[in-house]
Amino acid sequence: MSNNSAGGLVSLQKNVKQLRFEAGIRRIKVSQAAADLKTFCLQNAHKDPLLMGVPSSDNPFRPPKSCALF
Amino acid sequence: MAAQEVAAQPSDTLATLKTESETLKTKLEEERAKLHDVELHQVAEKIEALGQFVMKTRRTLKGHGNKVLCMDWCKDKRRIVSSSQDGKVIVWDAFTTNKEHAVTMPCTWVMACAYAPSGCAVACGGLDNKCSVYPLSLDKNENLAAKKKSVAMHTNYLSACCFTNSDMQILTSSGDGTCALWDVESGQMLQSFHGHAADVLCLDLAPSETGNTFVSGGCDKKACVWDMRTGQCVQSFETHESDINSVRYYPSGDAFASGSDDATCRLYDLRADREVAIYSKESIIFGASSVDFSLSGRLLFGGYNDYTINVWDVLKGTRVSILFGHENRVSTLRVSPDGTAFCSGSWDHTLRIWA
Repeated sequence: MSNNSAGGLVSLQKNVKQLRFEAGIRRIKVSQAAADLKTFCLQNAHKDPLLMGVPSSDNPFRPPKSCALF
Repeated sequence: MAAQEVAAQPSDTLATLKTESETLKTKLEEERAKLHDVELHQVAEKIEALGQFVMKTRRTLKGHGNKVLCMDWCKDKRRIVSSSQDGKVIVWDAFTTNKEHAVTMPCTWVMACAYAPSGCAVACGGLDNKCSVYPLSLDKNENLAAKKKSVAMHTNYLSACCFTNSDMQILTSSGDGTCALWDVESGQMLQSFHGHAADVLCLDLAPSETGNTFVSGGCDKKACVWDMRTGQCVQSFETHESDINSVRYYPSGDAFASGSDDATCRLYDLRADREVAIYSKESIIFGASSVDFSLSGRLLFGGYNDYTINVWDVLKGTRVSILFGHENRVSTLRVSPDGTAFCSGSWDHTLRIWA
């Protein structure tokens, strides 16, 4: 926070205005939010190559470099 | 009294405002606490634990002459742009490890680089305080530096940059404590974002379905979520104990992860408006420099200053794997657009592709 009284005042007023705004936003319970995060993970798990591991033939990075033309 | 109009009332004095500020902060914490009815890992208890992961270095990209500071994937899932302390920006074909383009920047410490959505340009910047865009030419002999376009101008170093959903706009963050949105063609600043009290080190754009917001993290230990249209900070989170080096949205857009010098990574849920998980271990004492999620959001990859990459189970909060290979700090890490691999860049001058 600035020590300059005029600058400090403006900065504090902005701070208070911002805090009022943030205090007033709508929130949901963590249990609800966590359930949604869990659902998203589980629903998309089968599409996640790093999670599921894909057969070497399907992962462009897994085959050894001998497949390259150079 | 200063002559300004920001909700000024004759009774506004430094003292009353400070008190109100403290009261509001307490109220904010109380409101958040009321909804804290369970921990994420408790909700995840019944889920099957993840098995053993076999992730290895599949490619090593060698060519930078000094520390790799940043990298980004092209949407084509095979090209990568990386930038280094030596001022070089290189575009690689990650499948073949061939270098396709190289640009020498007029400054050292190119801390930020990004691939344009079209794949036809890259943006980069660092100690020059600017973000410049280089169109990528198909002609290998063409001097890329000749077509360079200076887009952003900050008053301190550029720490991160990212194209929005098109090649036309770039979002930047800077050591000057601000973030800004720029029009690439005209170089004009479209919006600026003020609120951090110190250097802003990182940013990430929300997934396009979520709307026009982005998150930033800084040396003030705060992560802020911004409305791109109004420039307003809509949510902020201050639970880290040191600089936030990296922020990344969860794939659904409802949460984001952060990596910090306090040796932890954390998950913040935007709808619950609070931190919902901490990824840490007593044995991890070095800062996390960069984080990214796997496609489903179940895994969080963190690159650390102790040269390792820790892989976390996002829901259960446990570490599922630790990857060795780099010979110096891991400075940057991104999962590929189709989630088949991730790339890490390090102060050991190399980039590694893991899968």
